[in-house]
Amino acid sequence: MSDISRRGVLKAGAIAGAAIATPTIFASQAQAFRNDPGSAKSIKLGFNVPQTGPYSEEGADELRAYKLAVKHINGEGDGGMMNTMKPLSLKGNGILGKKVEYVTGDTQTKSDAARASAKRMIEKDGVLMITGGSSSGVAVAVQGLCQEMGTIFMAGLTHSNDTTGKDKKRYGFRHFFNAYMSGAALAPVLEKEYGKDRRAYHLTADYTWGWTQEESIKNATEALGWQTVNTVRTPLKASDFSSYITPVLNSGADVLILNHYGKNMVDSLTQAVQFGLRDKQVNGKNFEIVVPLFSRLMAQGAGKNIQGILGSTNWNWALQDAGSQAFVKSFGAEYGFPPSMAAHTCYVQTLLYADACERSGGFNPVGVIKALEGHEFDGMGNGKTLYRAEDHQCFKDVLVVRGNDNPTSQFDLLKVVQEVPRAQVEYDPKIFGGELGPYEV
Amino acid sequence: MSIQSARKDLILMVVFIAAVLTMPIWLAPVGASYPDLLQKFAIFGIFAIGFNILFGLTGYLSFGHAAFLGVGSYAAVWSFKLLTMNVIPAIIFGTVLAGIFAVLIGFVSLRRSGIYFSILTLAFAQMSYNMAYSVLTPVTNGETGLQLEQSDPRIFDAAATGSGLPSTELFGMKMSGYPGFYFCAVLLILAFFVSLRIFRSPFGMKLAAIKSNQVRMSYTGFNTRPYLLVAFVISGMYAGLAGSLLAATDPLAGAERMQWTASGEVVLMTILGGLGTLIGPLLGAGLIKYFENIFSAYNEQVLHEIFSFLPQFMENFMVFIVNPFVGEGWHLTLGALFMIIVIFLPGGIMEGFAKIAAWFKKRGNKSDDDDAAAPAKAQTSEG
Repeated sequence: MSDISRRGVLKAGAIAGAAIATPTIFASQAQAFRNDPGSAKSIKLGFNVPQTGPYSEEGADELRAYKLAVKHINGEGDGGMMNTMKPLSLKGNGILGKKVEYVTGDTQTKSDAARASAKRMIEKDGVLMITGGSSSGVAVAVQGLCQEMGTIFMAGLTHSNDTTGKDKKRYGFRHFFNAYMSGAALAPVLEKEYGKDRRAYHLTADYTWGWTQEESIKNATEALGWQTVNTVRTPLKASDFSSYITPVLNSGADVLILNHYGKNMVDSLTQAVQFGLRDKQVNGKNFEIVVPLFSRLMAQGAGKNIQGILGSTNWNWALQDAGSQAFVKSFGAEYGFPPSMAAHTCYVQTLLYADACERSGGFNPVGVIKALEGHEFDGMGNGKTLYRAEDHQCFKDVLVVRGNDNPTSQFDLLKVVQEVPRAQVEYDPKIFGGELGPYEV
Repeated sequence: MSIQSARKDLILMVVFIAAVLTMPIWLAPVGASYPDLLQKFAIFGIFAIGFNILFGLTGYLSFGHAAFLGVGSYAAVWSFKLLTMNVIPAIIFGTVLAGIFAVLIGFVSLRRSGIYFSILTLAFAQMSYNMAYSVLTPVTNGETGLQLEQSDPRIFDAAATGSGLPSTELFGMKMSGYPGFYFCAVLLILAFFVSLRIFRSPFGMKLAAIKSNQVRMSYTGFNTRPYLLVAFVISGMYAGLAGSLLAATDPLAGAERMQWTASGEVVLMTILGGLGTLIGPLLGAGLIKYFENIFSAYNEQVLHEIFSFLPQFMENFMVFIVNPFVGEGWHLTLGALFMIIVIFLPGGIMEGFAKIAAWFKKRGNKSDDDDAAAPAKAQTSEG
């Protein structure tokens, strides 16, 4: 036996040596940055969206927006926001003359799966930029990976303060607003509608987004003089919220705040209305429900139950500025219905990345990052917008909306109550801590 | 052990080592040759080999092995956070902790056999999963998953604090990309070797005897429970090793790794590849991971490219037919494949190989007696 294993070891060693030597051939071509397209005629972008799980509706709409953005960048279709975006360096011939192609992946709204999918795109498909996601947990996980890999991440729909706060990264950028801004925008409207003396009860999705939104809304409402009766965490995968809603009835609270999104929110809101919460009188006041983060897709799912409910949103298709109208028009022509706010932010992110490449004159991520940091632009649906260099967060106007009482169409579900100006939702980047990290990785 | 079978094992081992280490080359034509997927092949290979020691040898079907995978991952990430970014302490820590966990769960679950054992392990795994989500959030960081942070203590790495998050390493060698794969591959080879030794050892014989008739075994005076517990703990430690390697190649641990679907996946891998064979579970693991990563990425655009050689209407028709089976529909393809294999090849892919080999032998010996193929067939169950 000893004789046999010695020979075995020798043979194995020789083979192992040969095999280990092989990949160094690839490694020896020193790259200035990962996936440098060089003189290739086309480049690839990675669209990593939830195609299954609780946020799959949003994911499907994001993917539509990405496909539309690629079309417009390549000079096909009517150009959408390329007609209204200011300043604009894109010429409608791809990016720097290279045609844009894309690969897609399914995040399944799981950190593991999302990272595996992003790694495949970077290592196998050779993408230059990853974008997408409809959950902050996923966004934070993928953003961390992209920092390690030196690939730019243009976050899709992610609303947690952590994405550009505690967990911000040099290679990660977010156009979407965050929970802090929702709180700052909603508070004055809540005060006007419901007064200063209210008792709030929070139901919160149990992950990074829910935690930070609960914290931000709690801070904003307590500053008005509201009391917080209780905060309860619910699992993301829950679909039956009855056991969470029953205690609300006897808690003495007169406002229920649902820190839920996607299918979660549709379920919890529907069940809360079925339990008769909105018909109740508590402490001599009408019982109210508030959904701090609202989207039209969710409103569609919740049907009649959203009528009269207040919330905030990043963008709405009914906005009348030229950028929004151009986008709604070309999205509608392509798919036959108006885009959601998830679609809007993803579309804008893709154009912003393409434009930054064009401006920096190359695909080197360091140059692209510098082109995006502190970049101010207009004509993309939210007025004048700034990509703040300190935390890679966009600052723009925020919409406070209310569920429409008598919608004129199946898409006319949210009515804009107020366009809260950018100055009211701005904050000091230091309050959330975190560090961007290095340019070179 | 006869000299002939020792030689056969040696050949098997050498072929295995060569096949594993050259994976980046021979997997390139099917589009699977990129570090992340290769790492997954090796890691889930270890997981499936370990699972096979329990399920394949003793016939005890555990539906809770993902719990050990998760424990291994969490332990490894904590080792990165508290001790050092070196992967060696992390995998030792992960494997040992999963082993301790396996002793606890195995001690209780192995009091029952058959379906009751499966349900008990499933219950324990679901319990761990739900605890990771709720009460253990300070340890597991719940839904968001446990991740490295700038402010982690890392008491042994204090000297090397650069900007940005540190990455996992083996004495300076980064554990992402190809080095990470080779590290996993070496451990896979070791794991395979240990499994081979167990299969050929008297201990393995006893486990196989438990599978064939546990009652008769205990009548001959053997107390079977200690053997079962050791097999359970070994396979739990394999799972812990796989889990800590997952964390070593990508320092992140989420509770979904412990979900029952993850436990079910390893059962699928083992059955798909060939239950009780040495190589089978590895093939099953590779096939499932390949489907998950490659098939799920096909979209309409890619399909149109594949079928672009056909005339326009044929191309659209083919895309229409194939589309539901790729992309998010990859589970459908996997399900269909699983049914076909279970119905026609109950012994998994390995039985398919044996059948093909037997068929070739038969063709070669056509001039000889027809019975010549019979002995070849009799050997099929061996890996």
